[in-house]
Amino acid sequence: MAKHHVSTIINGEPVEFLCEPQQTLLDVLRDELNLTGSKEGCSSGDCGACTVIVDGRIACSCLMLGAEAEGRKITTVEGIAQGDHLHPVQQKFLEHAALQCGFCTPGFIVAAKALLDENLNPTEEETRYWLAGNLCRCTGYDKIIRAVLDAAAVMRQEAAR
Amino acid sequence: MPSLSFSAPTSVDEAVKILAGAPGLAKVLAGGTDLLVQLRSGRMKPEVIVDTKRIPGMIGIREEADQFVIGASTPGAVVFEHKALTQAWPGIVEGLDLIGSEQIQGRASLAGNLCNASPAADSVPALIAARATCVIAGPSGKREAPVESIVTGPGRTSLAKGEFIVEFHLPKPKPHQCDAYLRFIPRTEMDIAVVGCAVNVTLDNSGVCTDARVVLGAVAPTQIICEESAKALIGHRLDEPTLAALDAAAGRACNPITDKRGTIEYRIKVAGVLARRAAKIAFERAGAR
Repeated sequence: MAKHHVSTIINGEPVEFLCEPQQTLLDVLRDELNLTGSKEGCSSGDCGACTVIVDGRIACSCLMLGAEAEGRKITTVEGIAQGDHLHPVQQKFLEHAALQCGFCTPGFIVAAKALLDENLNPTEEETRYWLAGNLCRCTGYDKIIRAVLDAAAVMRQEAAR
Repeated sequence: MPSLSFSAPTSVDEAVKILAGAPGLAKVLAGGTDLLVQLRSGRMKPEVIVDTKRIPGMIGIREEADQFVIGASTPGAVVFEHKALTQAWPGIVEGLDLIGSEQIQGRASLAGNLCNASPAADSVPALIAARATCVIAGPSGKREAPVESIVTGPGRTSLAKGEFIVEFHLPKPKPHQCDAYLRFIPRTEMDIAVVGCAVNVTLDNSGVCTDARVVLGAVAPTQIICEESAKALIGHRLDEPTLAALDAAAGRACNPITDKRGTIEYRIKVAGVLARRAAKIAFERAGAR
């Protein structure tokens, strides 16, 4: 069985990898590239723990083949902070204690970042609908929503400066 | 286990050649939101996967004088962002937009929803109600077929070996024509339809219906065009006797199963209720044009 040679850009860096045709992007990220921030929850696109941004849109990396990534620009949770400087969404997740076990957190951070890339002033309802594809069994969502809305406020202030 | 091969051709001819020449099961990959789940569970064991997204025209929407042309692999999010299409056929866009989360919407396509051939596919009833057609490429060239001719039963389509859908043709609405799609689920988001119903109506200047299509989902092995419900609307305004006739005819057209989402009796009842509600929205929208 021939492996596929894939050239892609992950978190701003050119990355090349070899993958089997049936390997998902999530398998590749975790098992080939040691980017284990993206989590495997359901493997069926229901829980959102493996959320990544592909060419500007969020996707479940468990529902995409590694071979499909050829030429695509991918952002994982590892690419959200700028070095040691946390993204406002990450900072606000800490401040609001918007996590307990943390397994769903990378998916929420990536999905929330993508929302705020498009819309710096989402309503609570828009935020809840946008994050409806990310499941959390610990926090009950309220703290997560507060954290995202607070991060949006911080980003609006930064943008106004 | 037979080995799996993956290819991402850049032309329709190349894709047809690979699909037609596959020794065993060959599957088309658009958004993969159904296919990858089926691969993982072992329900589907293809030997060949053909990613169609790199073929020019497979993603994107083209507006022509009398129709919209939608690339078969266009994801839901791209359709939702197309203002002219959303305005022309709100029911079709609503149906597609109901499917899954934001993550799913970035990938899931119209052709995928159709060819997965679920009786509960949310984007299909309104497409049929709008008399949409699909252009199918295959070993003997291209052919055009109405959307309702594709699904033949749960998980089964009329597409022959080597064939795949390249685009959908959606006629533009006539004056005073519009549509609506409603589905019933026991929660607010992200579930599979217990019943789905699309209504597409054309009115005259006085608000009397001159043409209609009523299409039900999740109440039979395939989506069903309910001719009797359409007849109940044509020649009438949307008064209570008309709604009652529409409701009763929708119930009679159902041939559902009992499963965890609902019983036969429940689905029949809900089909009538949804037909009434969708008809009201479609009439309002058509009348406002």
